[in-house]
Amino acid sequence: MAEPVEAIKEKSMNLQKEMLSKQFKELSMAKELGKKVVYTFVPGNLTELILSFDMLPVYPEINALQSGMRKKSGEYIKEAEKIGFSEDVCTYVKCDIGMMLKGNIGPTGEQLPPPDLLLLSYTGCFTFLKWFENLERLYPGVPVAMLHTPYQEDGVITQDQITYMVKQLQEDVIPKMEQVSGKKFDMKRLSNMMVDSAKAEDLLVKILESAKTVPTPIDAYFAGVYYIGPIFTAFRGTKEAVVYYQELWNEVQERMRLGLGPVTPEGELKEERFRLVIEGPPNWTNFREFWKIFYDMGAIIVASTYTKVGGCYDLGFRHDPSEPLESLAKYCMSVYTNMNLPQRVDLIEKYVREYKADGFLINSIKSCNSFSAGQLMIMREIEQRTGVPVGFIESDLVDPRYFSYANIKNRLESYFQMLEQRKTILAQEEAVK
Amino acid sequence: MSSMEEIIKWCEEVAFDLNFSHAKKWKAQDKTRVLVGYLPIYIPREVIHAANGLAVGIMGAGDRKQIIKGDAYYQSYICHLPRGIIEMALDTNLNEFDGFLFPAICDCVRNLSGMFKLSKKGRFQRYFDYPQNFDPKIGGVFYMEEIQKVLDDVYKINGVTVTIDKLNKSIALFNKNRELIEKIYSIRQEFPWRLSAVDTYHILRAGLCITVEEHNEILEKVVKLIQVEQGEPMDNIRVIVSGSFCEQPPIGMLKSIEMAGCYIVDDDFMLGSRWIIGDVADNTHDPIKAIMEAYMDKSTFASCIYDVGNPKGKRLVKQARERNADGVIFCAASFCDPALLDRPEMQKECDAAGLPHINFQFHENTGQFKVIKEQAGTFSDSIKLWA
Repeated sequence: MAEPVEAIKEKSMNLQKEMLSKQFKELSMAKELGKKVVYTFVPGNLTELILSFDMLPVYPEINALQSGMRKKSGEYIKEAEKIGFSEDVCTYVKCDIGMMLKGNIGPTGEQLPPPDLLLLSYTGCFTFLKWFENLERLYPGVPVAMLHTPYQEDGVITQDQITYMVKQLQEDVIPKMEQVSGKKFDMKRLSNMMVDSAKAEDLLVKILESAKTVPTPIDAYFAGVYYIGPIFTAFRGTKEAVVYYQELWNEVQERMRLGLGPVTPEGELKEERFRLVIEGPPNWTNFREFWKIFYDMGAIIVASTYTKVGGCYDLGFRHDPSEPLESLAKYCMSVYTNMNLPQRVDLIEKYVREYKADGFLINSIKSCNSFSAGQLMIMREIEQRTGVPVGFIESDLVDPRYFSYANIKNRLESYFQMLEQRKTILAQEEAVK
Repeated sequence: MSSMEEIIKWCEEVAFDLNFSHAKKWKAQDKTRVLVGYLPIYIPREVIHAANGLAVGIMGAGDRKQIIKGDAYYQSYICHLPRGIIEMALDTNLNEFDGFLFPAICDCVRNLSGMFKLSKKGRFQRYFDYPQNFDPKIGGVFYMEEIQKVLDDVYKINGVTVTIDKLNKSIALFNKNRELIEKIYSIRQEFPWRLSAVDTYHILRAGLCITVEEHNEILEKVVKLIQVEQGEPMDNIRVIVSGSFCEQPPIGMLKSIEMAGCYIVDDDFMLGSRWIIGDVADNTHDPIKAIMEAYMDKSTFASCIYDVGNPKGKRLVKQARERNADGVIFCAASFCDPALLDRPEMQKECDAAGLPHINFQFHENTGQFKVIKEQAGTFSDSIKLWA
C-alpha cells in the first residue's frame, strides 16, 4: 500500500477548510463569547433554527468521523468498550462517548464545549435515540429537546405527520431553545435564513447533478462528502454557505467546459473507466486508501446515497421561507435514511439510469443497521431492474478493526474486472447491430 | 385439557408451531376473519380483535427452523430474528396472513417492513410508528392516527366496522389477559418452583398465536393450578432477566439458567403481552383515546421508548426490589443495538443500588449453553455465599 501523497486542493476546498476552522475556533471559545452550544445530529438537523437563536451546533457523528480520519477513533472506541459498550453496537456512538471520556478534544485539537442543550432530532436512525439517552446521563442536568420524525412508512409525507412535527417544534423544541438561549423565537429571522438555505441547496443540486455528464467533473461520494459538509452541518442558512457553493459550482462548470474529470487527492483523474452508484457510508479510518483503490482503477462514483443523509435535495425539496416550521418538518422526513426500502430502491434505480452508471456497489457498514439491514435485498432488486453488475464490500464507519484493506481491494479488483468484461461484451453486441 | 402437564404440552406445541396452524384454523371458520402478524414488541391487539382479526405474534424462528434463504438476505453482523422471519415469509409459514405490522423498535425491524413490501407479503405491510413525544395532545394524537391506519387496513380486507361497543369489549378481554398474567407472575414471585420459567414462557407465548378468549381460559386454569403447592423449593437465587424483549432466547438457555440455580422471577420475553401496566379504560365513548392514554401513562419501560425523565435503569432496579430479586441477568441478542446500548447505564444503576448482575449475549438459535450455565451458576453461588 503506497503512502498517500499530499492532497491537491482547489479554491473551494480551502474555503471550506477556513469555514470549518473558524467554526471549531468559535466552539472552543463558546463560553468566552457567551454562545450557547447545541448538540444535535446531521440527518434532520435544524441548523437554521439553532442559528436563529445565535447558538452553535455540534454534531457528534461529524466529530466521530473526524476522529476516524485522524486515527483517533480506535482509542476512543476502546474507552467506551471499557465502560460496558458491546463490540456489536454503533461505533459512532462509542467513538463519541470515548472522545468525551478522553477530554472532548475536537478535530482541530481544541476542546469542544459541553452542551447547553441536547437536541435530539430523531430522524432515520433509531440509534440516535439511544445515543442521546447516554449523552443525557453523561451531561446530567442539560435540558433535552426531542423532535420525533415519523418514518415515511407509506412512501409519502402526510399532513398529519407534518402537523405532529410542527406541534413538537412549537410546544417543546422552540420553548426549550428560548429558555436555553434567553432569546425569543424570531420567525422572520428563520424565514430569512431559509432564503439562503434554498440558494445553497439549488447550487448543491447543480453540483451533484453535474455527474450526469460524461466524463463526470466530480466524484459524488469521496469528494461528495466534502461537498455536502457545509450544507449538512453548521452553515445551512448562512451567506457563507451560498458563497462556498457558488465558488464550487464555478469550479465544476469550468471543469465541465474543459471536459476534465474529477479532482482526486493525487490530482485530476485522466481516464474515466467505470461509473458507479454507491450505497452506504464510506469508511473513515482509511478514507484515503479506500478512495485510492477506486481512482487508481479509473472508477468514479457518479451518485451516492450517503450524500443524501442530510437531505434529498435532488428530489426537489427546498427549505421554504414562506412556511419555515412546516418546511423543517418536511426536510426532516425527506432525508434518505427516513425513506422506506422501496423508496430507497427506486432512488438508486433512478441514479443508475440517469447517471449512466456501469455498476452499483454497496459498502455495507458493520455497525449501521439503518443503512445495512436490507441492503442485500436492495442489491438484488437493482440487479434485476437495471441489469448492471452489483458489488458488495464490507467495512465500518470508524472502527479500524473492521477495515481490511487487502480484502476490500481484492473484492473491488474482481468487481472491476467484471465491469470491464461486461463493457467488452456490450461493445461487441453493439458492433454486431 | 385440565392438568398442568396437558396445558403446558398444548401451549408448547402452539407456541412453537411455526406454521401457526391454530390461528389459520381459526381464520378458516369465518370469511370476515383476518390474521395480522406482528413483530415484537407491542401492538394494541385490542383494535385488531375488535375488527374481527387475530393479531399473531411472530417472535422469530428460534432454533426450530434451518435458515438458508434468510442468510442470503442479511449480513453476519445483523441480529438473527429478521433472517428467521424472512425465511418463514419466503417459505409457506406465513401464507394466509392478511397483513403484517412492524412496531417501531429498531432499524432492523423497520427495514424488514420494507423487505415485506418489496416481497409483497400479505395485503398490507405497515411500519407501526410510536410517538416518542408523550404529550397526549401531540404524541397522543399521532398515535391515534397510527391506530386508525391499521383499522383502515383491516377494514379494506374484511369490511367489518369497528364500533365503540366492540372496542370496549376487546379492551376488557385484554385487561383480563394482562391481569391473569400478572397473577401468574405474582404467584411465581413467591413460589417460583410451582411453575418453571420455561413453562411460563410456553404459556405466555402460546397466547400470541390464539384468541384472547382461549388464552384467558388457559390462564384462569393455570392460576388456579399454581395456587396449590407443588414442586420442591430449591436453594436458588432469584433473578430478573433483562434485554430479550425482541429476539427470543432459546428454551435451552432458559433451562440452563434455571438449572444453574436461578429462579427467573421476572423477564421481558413476552413484554408486549404485559406492556400496559394495569387496565385500559373499557367503558368510554372513545376507546381509541383510552388505548392511547394507557400507552402514554401506563407503558412499561423498554429499550424502544425514549426514557428521558423516566430512566429505565431506575425502573429496572425498582422492579428487582418489588420482585425481591437477588440479581439481574442482562441477556441481550447479539447485534441488538437497543438492548446493548442500554446495558451500560442499566448496569450502572444496578451497581449504584448494590444489585449484582452479569451479562451475556445470545442468538435465537444458539445451541451451546455450557458457558452460560457456568456463568449463571457462578453468579448464583457468589450471591448465595457472599451477598
